[in-house]
Amino acid sequence: MLLDMAVSGFGDRIAVGSVDNGLTYAQLLDRAARAGHAFSAAGTERVAFLDISSPALPVALFGAAYAGQPFVPLNYRLADDDLVALAERTAPASLVVGDDQAQRVSSTQGLHVTNRDQFLTATLDGDTLEPSAWSMDPEDIAVLLYTSGTTGAPKAAVLRHKNLVGYILGSVEFMGAGEDEATLVSVPPYHIAGLAAILSSVYAGRRIVQLANFDADTWIDLVLAENVTHTMVVPTMLARIVDRMTARSIELPSLRALSYGGGRMPLPVIDRALTLFPETRFVNAYGLTETSSTISLLGPDDHRAAHSSDDPAVRRRLTSVGQPLPTLEVSIRDDEGQPVGPGTPGEVWVRGEQVAGEYLQQGSKLTAEGWFPTNDGGELDDDGYLYVTGRLDDVIVRGGENISPGEIEDVLLAHPGVTDAAVIGVPSDQWGETIGAVIVGTATAEELKALVSERLRSSRSPDTILYREELPYNDTGKLLRRVLRAELTES
Amino acid sequence: MELRPGLKLSSAVCSTEVIVVAGSGDVDLTCGGVSMLVPGEDGGGGTAADGLSEGTMLGKRYCDDDGAVEVLCTKPGDGSLGLGQTPMGLKEAKPLPASD
Repeated sequence: MLLDMAVSGFGDRIAVGSVDNGLTYAQLLDRAARAGHAFSAAGTERVAFLDISSPALPVALFGAAYAGQPFVPLNYRLADDDLVALAERTAPASLVVGDDQAQRVSSTQGLHVTNRDQFLTATLDGDTLEPSAWSMDPEDIAVLLYTSGTTGAPKAAVLRHKNLVGYILGSVEFMGAGEDEATLVSVPPYHIAGLAAILSSVYAGRRIVQLANFDADTWIDLVLAENVTHTMVVPTMLARIVDRMTARSIELPSLRALSYGGGRMPLPVIDRALTLFPETRFVNAYGLTETSSTISLLGPDDHRAAHSSDDPAVRRRLTSVGQPLPTLEVSIRDDEGQPVGPGTPGEVWVRGEQVAGEYLQQGSKLTAEGWFPTNDGGELDDDGYLYVTGRLDDVIVRGGENISPGEIEDVLLAHPGVTDAAVIGVPSDQWGETIGAVIVGTATAEELKALVSERLRSSRSPDTILYREELPYNDTGKLLRRVLRAELTES
Repeated sequence: MELRPGLKLSSAVCSTEVIVVAGSGDVDLTCGGVSMLVPGEDGGGGTAADGLSEGTMLGKRYCDDDGAVEVLCTKPGDGSLGLGQTPMGLKEAKPLPASD
């Protein structure tokens, strides 16, 4: 439906690729329709995608919608056993696969396998198919996304057409992009932001430039070569981009808008980025897979006001995820599910058309009133700005006191001798949990403990401090807390 | 006509095309006061009724008073969109900055 609309409005614009040889929206629609026919003919139930970003991604994504089959991107960075387990759960499925990945799932039954080049060649020529054949049932499942499974077997988050279309219609202006605009997508296909970027860009009419495997130098070179105007990155990517831009003494004046999300952004990184990109409009977007991407955002004006202010209250806005989208509701709830007022921490609950809150086996997690408890801790301030403190699972309970790791991490990161920091609960016989900190940097343990005691209070001061060359993140910028918890528990 | 989200309609009096964003059931969606056409339906070449030729704008949304029916213009034209002979209003939305 979204692509169909794009073709009606601006079919000759380039949808994906370079200005010279990219696919137009009309070509993308033709290819997606042919792909959809092939998926239908294969008689499978789903369309799996095991590959890096390429033009095959939007063709397969929209082709799956055409065929009325859920699109299921698989994480090619998983270990073999985990990948095979997900492939087996996804079968019977048509699978579009990169050459280097094909043999990894060769033993899985029930897969109708096409490699990327075959897939793109097969959808290149053929009859132009009638767009009215598109499946339009808003209740159909559009996408199944496996969660990263940090606490057990990955769950398959269900996103229906009504959720994704609701999100796009509610947050993106149709044809809102100028013809010269291009967005650089460097998040992978199996991340909600990677899929949302395709849908948003198609609806806005913004050309998509894809970067398959993120590397800061390649990213910078692509921005220059393709005159990229928009991008979305995770915090770890921005940190590397800022480092490389500084090292190369380079400016990227074409970049008008940079949004970031997917994890906690360290204050020093965003401050440096705001200085390096003086004209760029920054957006901090907060959302979950289960909410079809963004539910709250901190806009460009708030970023600049906070960046240039000396007032701690205004500065603090840089650690906020801004205000909820006007199309949905956000509420902070206590342990009993009762709403709490501004300034009181609790769990972030969200309700709206785009909120799916549903898993394939486990079913809907929405309350009777349609609220989705996110399992993220947070609070609202008096002006309705949302501050997210992290997963409630990560909250440290030390001697009966609930301690949010994010609060301590922010203080540690404010020390000039700290470049990265993570705070983790460490099992303790005496306290239940104690506070462990893992630091990248040169600040001494005494300095850091004193800093936390002074800024917060002594019970927030880390009991154990370890030093590392770098912290473990997955490729979408999520800190692997369980790895650090194991290391801290051992020490 | 039987309305549903995703349904494409074209004007019988001008070049306007819309896609239904919200609304369902039996609704007489009109352009220039004349019922719009579903894909494949004949009946073009009509003329807009007096006072119903304000025109449509590409990319803009139009809705009825209570917001139950909403359409998005995918091709502009000269007629006015309406439910029966009642014109629909232009829906003003404050654009959000791109977030993904």
